[in-house]
Parts: sequence; structure tokens; C-alpha cells
Amino acid sequence: MPHDHHEGELSPSGHPYRPDDDAALTYWQRMEIAVRELMVEKGLTTPAEIAAQIEKMDARSPALGARVVARAWTDPDYRARLLADGSAAARELGIEVEALKLVAVENRPGLHNAVVCTLCSCYPRNLLGLPPDWYKTRAYRSRMVREPRSVLAEFGLELPEGTEVRVHDSTADMRYIVLPERPAGTEDWDEARLAGIVTRDCMIGVAVPRTG
Amino acid sequence: MTLPEVTPPNFPPPYPVGATRFAAGDAVRVRAADGPGHLRTPWYVRGRQGRVERICGAFGNPEELAYGRDGAVVPLYRVRFRMDALWGASAERGDDTLDVEIFEHWLEPA
Repeated sequence: MPHDHHEGELSPSGHPYRPDDDAALTYWQRMEIAVRELMVEKGLTTPAEIAAQIEKMDARSPALGARVVARAWTDPDYRARLLADGSAAARELGIEVEALKLVAVENRPGLHNAVVCTLCSCYPRNLLGLPPDWYKTRAYRSRMVREPRSVLAEFGLELPEGTEVRVHDSTADMRYIVLPERPAGTEDWDEARLAGIVTRDCMIGVAVPRTG
Repeated sequence: MTLPEVTPPNFPPPYPVGATRFAAGDAVRVRAADGPGHLRTPWYVRGRQGRVERICGAFGNPEELAYGRDGAVVPLYRVRFRMDALWGASAERGDDTLDVEIFEHWLEPA
């Protein structure tokens, strides 16, 4: 007897069952499948190659960006190289940057940076992995340039009085990472420990690193 | 019109760029233009005045690339705006700033 879930039923843990996603494919989903199958049929790529590429994308995480930040905090020459050419500096640490053109923007006392892509969802994936879902929502994309302070407050970020907010709209070929300020009290921390407090949100600019 | 402060970068663009019409610190206005196709100039900056923050390099014109054409390279700038130049009196704070990448053919001297 098939095990069917009915609307209104709860799982053993007391949560409602999420309905299956039985919606029809969209035009672009059909187009993607058609093009992919054609490319496989013509020998231009293989399903294994596609799966390997997806695995590679999934393997990237904000830990890569955190290494870059921690190095910039502990090595002033590296910090200068990072600000001048972000991609070259990331490559120095062995990070596969590929075609990514990275610009690092630095927080300092009196200036807080945050990143958005109003036109789509441009994001430094080679350093941070896939973007969070909220980064791609129309709400974040439209509000971050219009009322960034309200958005930051909703993320729980309260900036010191008098701090300028600078929003970076990632509209073309560059991708952005925020270089946060190193928190006080971390003077004797090593790079690995420092990297541990640099979260994804710190590098998007909707949070700052916390030691506690 | 108050324009934002810009400290020109103390390093050259990390990507190749030929001759450019503008330099870091120049006052510019984004063309209040429209057109069909894949435009990477957001509506909210069109017609607005700011300053060139830096030259990024020269990159293929997305308006051409999106249609399978060669996409001759065009200088790309980061342009800085004050929030009150974008949103007027309704800006949360007028002297907050926004940096955005704009291709040269969308900019005119201000």
C-alpha cells in the first residue's frame, strides 16, 4: 500500500509535510535540458563532466574567502596586494579564481561596505561558494541600494554613530568581497583562528566579525 | 550638486585598458538613455551625477556579447554616487555612498 501524505497531516516530529514540487517545467528549464542533451549527444560534454563541475561548485565555501581576510589582517603587504588586485591575491593562496575579477573593499572606522547585485545575482562564488537565497531575492536587491541602513538593521547590524554606509552594486565584470575590520582583542590570534570568525555575511557586508 | 569624495587608487588597473575618456576623480553623469537589449546600467543611476572612483579595465561590451557578437572592449569604471544624488531628500542618509560599475559609453562629463 503506497504511503501517501495528505494535506494537514504532520510528520512524526510535528511539522507539516511539504508538498511535492509537481509544477510544470518552465520555458528556460526545458531549454536548459534540451541544450544539455544536445551537447551530450554531439559529444561536446558528458554527464560525468557536468556532475564533476557541479561538485566543484558545491565544494566551494566561505572558508576560502575567510582565509584571504585572515591573511590580509596579519600581513600588511598582502592586504595592499589584495586591495590592488583581488584575484591575484586570492591566487597567491592557491584559490582557484578562474575568470573571477575580484575587488576587495575595506571597512575602516567610519566606513562600512556592503555588496549587492541589483540586476541579477553576481557573487564571488570562487571565494564564497553559492550565494544565499536571500541575496538573489528582489527584496534584498532593491532595498539594499534604496535603504541599506534598514536592511543592515534587519540583519542585526548596528553601526557606530557617524559611520558612512557604502553599497557596491555589482553590475558588470567585477565581483566584490568586503574586507572587515579585525576585531579588538584578537591581537594574539593566529590566522586559522582569525579565519574562524570571518563568516559569509561579514564578507557580503551584512555582518561584522564577532569574537564572543 | 554635491559630489562624493574620491581618493584615486594608488595602484594601476589590474586589467588591460587602452585610452580612457575619464580618470579617477572626474565628475560624470550617467546618460539618461534607454535602448533594447542587455543593458548593465541600472535605471536608478541613469541621469545621475557622481565621480569616477577607479578605472577597472576594458571589457567586452555586454550589449554586444549578449547577442553573439564579438563585443569590442569598452573601458569599465566604478562610479561613486552620494545617496541623495540617487534618491533625493528621501535617502536614509544623503552622504552615504554607492559605487557601481558603468561602461564608458554610458558616461558623459558633468
